[in-house]
Amino acid sequence: MRYSYYPGCSLERNASAYHVSAMEVAKPFGVEFAEIDDWNCCGATEYIALNKIAAYALVARNLVIAKNQPDNGHTLVAPCSACFLNLSKAEQYLSENETFREKMNIALEAGGMHYTAGGLSVRHLLDIFVNDVGYNAIAEKVVKPLKGLRIAPYYGCLIVRPGFQGVFDDHEQPDTLDKLMKVLGANVVDFPLKASCCGGHMTQISEAVAMDLLNRLLKNAADYEADILVTLCPMCQLNLDAYQADVNRYFKTSYHIPVLYFTQLMGLAMGMSAQAMGIGKEFVDARPALAKIGVEVPEPAPVKKKRPSKEELPMPRMPEKE
Amino acid sequence: MTEEKIGVYICHCGSNIAGTVDVVDVAKWAGEELKDRGVVVSRDYKFMCSSLGQELIEKDIKELGLTRVVVGACSPHLHENTFRTACDRAGLNPYLCELVSIREQVSWVHTDRQAATEKSKAIVSGGVERVVHNQPLEPLHVPIHPATLVVGGGIAGIQSALELADAGFPVYLVEREPSIGGHMAQFDKTFPTLDCSACILTPKMVSVGGHKNINMFTWSEVTQVDGYVGNFTVTIRKRARYINEELCTGCVICQEKCPKKIIDEVYDAGLGYRKAVYTPFPQAVPKYPVLDRENCTYFQKGTCKACEKFCPTGAIDFTQEDEYITVQVGNIILATGFDLFDARRIKQYGYGRLANVFTSLEFERLSNAAGPTNGNIVLRDGVTTPESVGIIHCVGSRDKNYNNYCSVICCMQSLKFAHLVEERTGAQVTNFYIDMRTAFKAYDEFYQRLLEEGTQFIRGKVAEITDAARKPGEEGKLIIQVEDTLIGKQRRIPVDMVILSCGLEPRHDAKEVAKLFGISCSADGWYIEKHPKLDPVATMTEGVFIAGCVQGPKDIPASVSQGAAAAARVLGRIQQGEIALEPVRASIDEAKCSGCRICNNMCPFNAILFHEDRMVSEVNPALCQGCGTCVAACPAGAISGTCFSNEQILSQIEGLLLLNVRRPLVVETVY
Repeated sequence: MRYSYYPGCSLERNASAYHVSAMEVAKPFGVEFAEIDDWNCCGATEYIALNKIAAYALVARNLVIAKNQPDNGHTLVAPCSACFLNLSKAEQYLSENETFREKMNIALEAGGMHYTAGGLSVRHLLDIFVNDVGYNAIAEKVVKPLKGLRIAPYYGCLIVRPGFQGVFDDHEQPDTLDKLMKVLGANVVDFPLKASCCGGHMTQISEAVAMDLLNRLLKNAADYEADILVTLCPMCQLNLDAYQADVNRYFKTSYHIPVLYFTQLMGLAMGMSAQAMGIGKEFVDARPALAKIGVEVPEPAPVKKKRPSKEELPMPRMPEKE
Repeated sequence: MTEEKIGVYICHCGSNIAGTVDVVDVAKWAGEELKDRGVVVSRDYKFMCSSLGQELIEKDIKELGLTRVVVGACSPHLHENTFRTACDRAGLNPYLCELVSIREQVSWVHTDRQAATEKSKAIVSGGVERVVHNQPLEPLHVPIHPATLVVGGGIAGIQSALELADAGFPVYLVEREPSIGGHMAQFDKTFPTLDCSACILTPKMVSVGGHKNINMFTWSEVTQVDGYVGNFTVTIRKRARYINEELCTGCVICQEKCPKKIIDEVYDAGLGYRKAVYTPFPQAVPKYPVLDRENCTYFQKGTCKACEKFCPTGAIDFTQEDEYITVQVGNIILATGFDLFDARRIKQYGYGRLANVFTSLEFERLSNAAGPTNGNIVLRDGVTTPESVGIIHCVGSRDKNYNNYCSVICCMQSLKFAHLVEERTGAQVTNFYIDMRTAFKAYDEFYQRLLEEGTQFIRGKVAEITDAARKPGEEGKLIIQVEDTLIGKQRRIPVDMVILSCGLEPRHDAKEVAKLFGISCSADGWYIEKHPKLDPVATMTEGVFIAGCVQGPKDIPASVSQGAAAAARVLGRIQQGEIALEPVRASIDEAKCSGCRICNNMCPFNAILFHEDRMVSEVNPALCQGCGTCVAACPAGAISGTCFSNEQILSQIEGLLLLNVRRPLVVETVY
């Protein structure tokens, strides 16, 4: 099975563990993700609200590129929920609205490109694993079941709605990730907020809103005594992981719930090493939770302090706070 | 040039037609321009359907010797019969009268007066050309068998059966479950009077059980229906009960001794248990239990027979087999009821996932003194009394994701629940509604009473029911997230228990059953009545009537009314002894028929039979409803429909097209 692959910006940086683990996990199933050439940012969650034509042109460029590289098949896979939504939304609107399509093509012509509707389906990485690879095939490869690990499956809000092409699960209470985690042998908790919002870029815009939304998720996961939150979106992962300490400060709570990608847990259950799955890069230390299932994660290498060179001038001294 | 003398009558219908169509001009035009087509008189009149209007026609028939009549007025659905009867009174065969619609097809759908007037002329002209080819016909007379089949032993079917049986005519009552009683037998109280459901239902059930004119088949299904109005042949599958009814005394020792316990999905709505051999409830009619073969240890594993060992009269009979019984009936009443909307479909309401979310039918059992908790309203743990309860209206109803229609009963049912909860537990009840619909006698008074009792009402569609606590006071509760549309704010209401007031849906097998009886379903799956206002219990198939929720959601009083109404309709038929059927029928010219049998399967009423010996098809005139499907389908043109012969239809089209009517502009530009 060969698919066109659109990694998206996050997977090159903060979510590199997601990328690495997805590639590793795909191999034993004979699944190949061929990265499309010369892709660009999808605009993430807020750009579309600012300038519609520019924002969609940004996405449409990727669609055209993918369509022009048919050797990789007619399915474009996006591991990030925001990328997935933007790509499928653009494909949907452009294929059904002729006027919009014409305007878009004027914009694309500037880059010598032309969009034609159809011929490409946009799908999320999870969809490929649960529906194309299938639970049975995955179950056969499980050698180290995640027995005893309490997992809260977190889908986020972008993957299940709205009901564009490519949406493969229930809008309100999706359950494909639940089933996948059960197949891996984990103890899946009935996580009620599984399809609620993580706050997206609210962390940059409105701290109070972001903290409240994150707190809801973390509190709920803690109430259910989840050891790990498993995600399928780099945005969700970043917010829950990187801002967990802020939430603890903000609400005087003491959550410690590591947030991992589903591909990382698949790899662990399939006997791959924590290192190969990129585990160890998260802010909230996953080691205590993974120790429950006997997975050892090597100590992170200590960051070497840079010694000041002799030529360096001293830093200006700041006045002491009173 | 025809030799017929045709009279044309154009109706104003007050301003219904005259408001858009120049009726005077149409009448004048027909009198002058259609003179050479046989029109000898043309008149307009304010209300042709009035006695005076009809007398006008009758007078002309007598005085001018009219041989054909064309009336330009409303749809034939409405007044065809009126004008045919008028002709009949004046001595003209009623089928020589043609009613053409210039109301539904012209004035009600157009605004351009001139164009509408021209179109009316074309339509009248078509009628004139057609009526020349009309044949005098005589209605068909069919004898009516005095017995009636009632399908479904809920309150509607029970009412129908009793009305007919009390009038002295035999009834076959077929019920799928082991006992009659239907959904009403599951309820504790009925709105708005709060009288005990069982107390008012069981006397009727007992009457049915003991009635000399009622032959009851429970644990049975209708498998085949042949024949036609007045003379149906019905096959009933009587499933093996494995109980010898002649020996059984109804002592239910077998039920006590049976070791196999199963969740009762039907009568107890999944909230209680029953045995493999059981009567669904103590007042069941008939009293004999049934042995559920799929769950019986003996049938599944080969050993047990505890029931047989303990039965004092030796009534257990493991050798029984299904019986197929054939009965003759003249009419059929379908009262097969409804299914409850499956609340699992609305995932955000958490039914099946969150323990203390209940469906309305579950709550009925919970509050029923004969139910699994003896009427104690408790949470799913079976002991804790709720301190706060949320009742959600319109679950699966008035929602384009599920069903568009209003399920009618849910508002009142929810009020009843609210009252019962407050009365028995003292819990605070909050109703979540979109609109309150408490029409009908004494219903709104009940609503007012609830308001005074302190029940809270929040107007808004519930978004979600969750156990994810967010704020203090929400811990361990179910939180109902809703937009209160009266104050325009999102609210979160924590409660201990949620009751989903689920809507009603057609039976899961409604479509197959409709096909079996040759009637049709609406897009929703409810059975279609002959006329939504004027003939709500008859169907388009002669001799098949409907009553109760099978026609659409309704409450007990309405179901009982329909049950009685359907019985009254049947009684009228039986009393006549025979029925006159419209002679609008198809007939097959045997000389032209090639025996290809294409028409055989096309006929929706199974009215065409094939003669193997002569290799030709024949239409059974009593079964044929004159729909014309076979006429259109016959490749040899061997089938002709009376009143809709090719000659009539082609002449009508010629009349519409060829006469001196101003052609619409569009046609000219095309050429």
